[in-house]
Amino acid sequence: MTSSEILFDSPADPVVEGPVLQVEDLHVSFPSEAGRVRAVRGLSYQVSPGEVLGIVGESGSGKSVSSLAVMGLLPESARISGSIKFQGRELIGRTDAELSKIRGRRIAMVFQDPLSALTPVYTVGDQIAEAILVHRGGAVSKQAANKRAVELLDLVGIPNAAERAKAFPHEFSGGMRQRAVIAMAIANDPDLIIADEPTTALDVTVQAQVLQLLETAQEVTGAGIVIITHDLGVVAGFADRLMVMYAGRAVETGKVDEIYQQPRMPYTLGLLGSIPRLDVGEKQALVPITGQPPSLTDLPPGCPFAPRCPMVVDACHTAEPPLIDVDGSPEHRAACIRTGEIAATDTEGAEAAAEIFGAEVVEEPEIAKVPREQRDIVLELDHVVKEYPVNKGVVFKRRVGTVHAVAGISFDIREGETLGLVGESGCGKTTTLMEILGLEKPMGGEISVLGTNVSSLDSKRRFEIRRDMSVVFQDPMASLDPRLTIHDVIAEPMQVHGYGKDEINRRVPELMRLVGLRPEQLSRYPGEFSGGQRQRIGIARALALEPKLVVLDEPVSALDVSIQAGVINLLEELKSKLGLAYLFVAHDLSVVRHIADRVAVMYLGKIIEIGEVDSVFDAPRHPYTQALLSAIPIPDPVKERQRERIILTGDLPSPANPPSGCRFRTRCFLHASLPPEQQRTCIELEPPREVQAPDHEAACHFAQIRQVL
Amino acid sequence: MTVILNEGDSAGTAGAAPGGPVDAAPEPGKAMTRGRLVFIRFLRNKLALVGLVIIVAMYLLAFLGPLLSQWSYEDRDYAAFLQPPYADHIFGTDNIGTDMFAQVMRGLQKSLIIGLLVALISTTVAAIVGATAGYFLGVADKALMWVVDLLLVLPSFLIIAILSPWFRGKSWWLLVLMLAAFQWMITARIVRGMTLTLKEREFVKAARFMGQPARTIIAKHIVPNMASLLIIDATINVAAAVLAETGLSYFGFGVQSPDVSLGTLIGNYAQSATTFPWLFLFPAGFLVVFVLAVNWVGDGLRDALDPTSTRVRRKEKKDTEEKAA
Repeated sequence: MTSSEILFDSPADPVVEGPVLQVEDLHVSFPSEAGRVRAVRGLSYQVSPGEVLGIVGESGSGKSVSSLAVMGLLPESARISGSIKFQGRELIGRTDAELSKIRGRRIAMVFQDPLSALTPVYTVGDQIAEAILVHRGGAVSKQAANKRAVELLDLVGIPNAAERAKAFPHEFSGGMRQRAVIAMAIANDPDLIIADEPTTALDVTVQAQVLQLLETAQEVTGAGIVIITHDLGVVAGFADRLMVMYAGRAVETGKVDEIYQQPRMPYTLGLLGSIPRLDVGEKQALVPITGQPPSLTDLPPGCPFAPRCPMVVDACHTAEPPLIDVDGSPEHRAACIRTGEIAATDTEGAEAAAEIFGAEVVEEPEIAKVPREQRDIVLELDHVVKEYPVNKGVVFKRRVGTVHAVAGISFDIREGETLGLVGESGCGKTTTLMEILGLEKPMGGEISVLGTNVSSLDSKRRFEIRRDMSVVFQDPMASLDPRLTIHDVIAEPMQVHGYGKDEINRRVPELMRLVGLRPEQLSRYPGEFSGGQRQRIGIARALALEPKLVVLDEPVSALDVSIQAGVINLLEELKSKLGLAYLFVAHDLSVVRHIADRVAVMYLGKIIEIGEVDSVFDAPRHPYTQALLSAIPIPDPVKERQRERIILTGDLPSPANPPSGCRFRTRCFLHASLPPEQQRTCIELEPPREVQAPDHEAACHFAQIRQVL
Repeated sequence: MTVILNEGDSAGTAGAAPGGPVDAAPEPGKAMTRGRLVFIRFLRNKLALVGLVIIVAMYLLAFLGPLLSQWSYEDRDYAAFLQPPYADHIFGTDNIGTDMFAQVMRGLQKSLIIGLLVALISTTVAAIVGATAGYFLGVADKALMWVVDLLLVLPSFLIIAILSPWFRGKSWWLLVLMLAAFQWMITARIVRGMTLTLKEREFVKAARFMGQPARTIIAKHIVPNMASLLIIDATINVAAAVLAETGLSYFGFGVQSPDVSLGTLIGNYAQSATTFPWLFLFPAGFLVVFVLAVNWVGDGLRDALDPTSTRVRRKEKKDTEEKAA
């Protein structure tokens, strides 16, 4: 038997007609101290062979629990009722041993975190081979399984598959690990693949690769796919049907196009309206869904979304609305008693959301009316360099190399302006931030804050400058000391800078109100707040000293979309009211487009394109910017399907050993299409940053506009 | 221009956390100080309160008890040898007619002081050394860890034994310092490791970037976040110190006769535990109760200091339910 024969053989059992997965009235509950948590409450859906179902919802909506129930991976304490039929056979009530025969063979799962999905002590190849041997141990020899593992790795696009199969998971990058996990998932030619947030932990460029790979996997295996995500953009181009979940139930189901164009449940509307759009140039009103998902222990009667719904009427509180057909379409169903009224509005999609939720475009700050050249420079970086030594040896350390984390970057931020700094992880964004915040003399180049060169600072002056510059971190969990009350957290910068006690006590509640929190909550600990609230507290702390510049390190990437919109709006309001300048570091280009005035794109320690945000996004000159932009999914199925996606090959090269000449050339599609003599230019000469348009510079020898949105 | 106050995700808290807010502020709008909050949370833990009461009672008993008794620990009652407890000698007497109550009280005084002081000193030293080494790294780290490693390889028992003739007749403080000097190293290493991870947490970075000096960061952010570890360590150290003192005294190196400690008493009368039980049971019983009480207080403090501790929450929930009912 050749290995390709066993690669995708026909299943031993006859193919069953009808849906591959049929879930009927599924209920899952867990015991907890506060009572039973009813995580899934009467969920029904089905997946046909070859169909992609997207399940969308906020964290805690029961989307992951319901799919774990399908896999039979819930803990013993979970109580499950209802029916889960896989190819016509009931799965509920089967023993773990019986389920194990189906799991991994017929139903495969791709988890969110590819690092914890792989065992660190076995090679990647062995783990894939194991997946085959476990299910076909009798029929397949070990050698054949190993050979097939290599083929699968090749199939999922891992270069040098034979060699890389012998590598351990930690030697793979995040994207490669997720590929390996997908290879493992399709190893036994499953009939159903459940992907639980498969791209959440990955960079956008890698996300595009993985989504494409899932599509390939589906074509190869013909399996039905359930893709679970909180990001409506991800599923827009990929899924056929969509199910929106809220508080353990489906609140809207239907064809992807119908849901995106005619959402009929206010929650779906809100979700759509809360996403900043990459393809919208003018300022867009973001819809924050107020409040939080309800506690699933004791739900009040009535619609669970009612407390957060802008369209709530008294009737909403009486009974939970069932899923009803809307627009006369049997496939589009929504659980809302006012679907008819939503259908009657003139506007559609996100605009309707803004109208119904009453979201408004935040006004531009006063200072923005002053021409940029006349405003003061708040922060200026001039060819800043940061390198780390790579050492080897324990007793006698010797330097074996240098990581060029930041390789000479220059930009400036003026008063009342937001600069978005974007790039893949590992490109040096965070190092740049730390260099700025450290206020130490950089290894090379110069940093000036408010016109003062930091290398000339004595410690007293440095301390004074810290007043004018503050920081908001990414992780709202880690950025607040869990041992301090909120009052102490917000008061800390003022105590450091010698504010009087009375002034602190007056200002702390003021700051709480400024960020939209209630001052009564000041004596609580950070642990009692949700992620969005904690991020607001972090912002309040950053504003305590009335800084001129706020450095934001991915401030919204750890938050749910609906909460994210609220925080973005808050940041915009504060900027407008207080005339702040932001340095906004993010990997999400949609958020950057929404909030930033100017954007700088970083690649491997260098800024490769910088300029006014609309100019860069509408007419990107650098191939990397083009690829980055094309990788961002747009929450619009029609547009998304028509878009041409530039898939970057491979991963970011190591900053310890960057390519010669143009650093991007190893992954550049433009470079690959050039004749050899022009390619030599890329290899030998580092492209300088050149002006391409007013306030728009790019560093590419062969820069040309390419529209990707 | 107005800022649209987004009550947004703030409005949801109260509803989202069933069982009510964890620390319902008695005066809304006025922030409680941290110390007061910890105190209130501590008071909620009944067992810890019992422990605290026991410890206070033991101190009172150990220092006031002898004043009420007609016997001192050095007196001998030649009319009563090896008498079981009776009205004149409520804890009985030993083979040379010394009143056991007086002896146990004297021993308790010594042990209470030695145990608590040693634990306090060694844990404080461990926290300071570990956090300093972990936070500053570099030369400070190398030097401090060298000292730690050196002290770890020295046989502490032997050294104290060898030095004991020298501090014979001198203040008992020396014994306390000696015991403490050999008890902090392992904790210091753990503290250093935890500091290394805590240092990378964003709230520490945030404090650094707002200009907070290093010693304040250590005192305000790093050490409190290790409070659980330090408190548990301190309570273990109390027991360890008492036991170490017991061991030394047993071999005649620690507390010197005619002075007594719980350790010397237990050492002297261990053989009589079955024949003349009151000789052994009273000192041993006090030791056990004392160590237990210290542990309860330690647990309570840890729960009170740790805002995420579930034990307090469960209790609070019960309390609120009771109030509701």
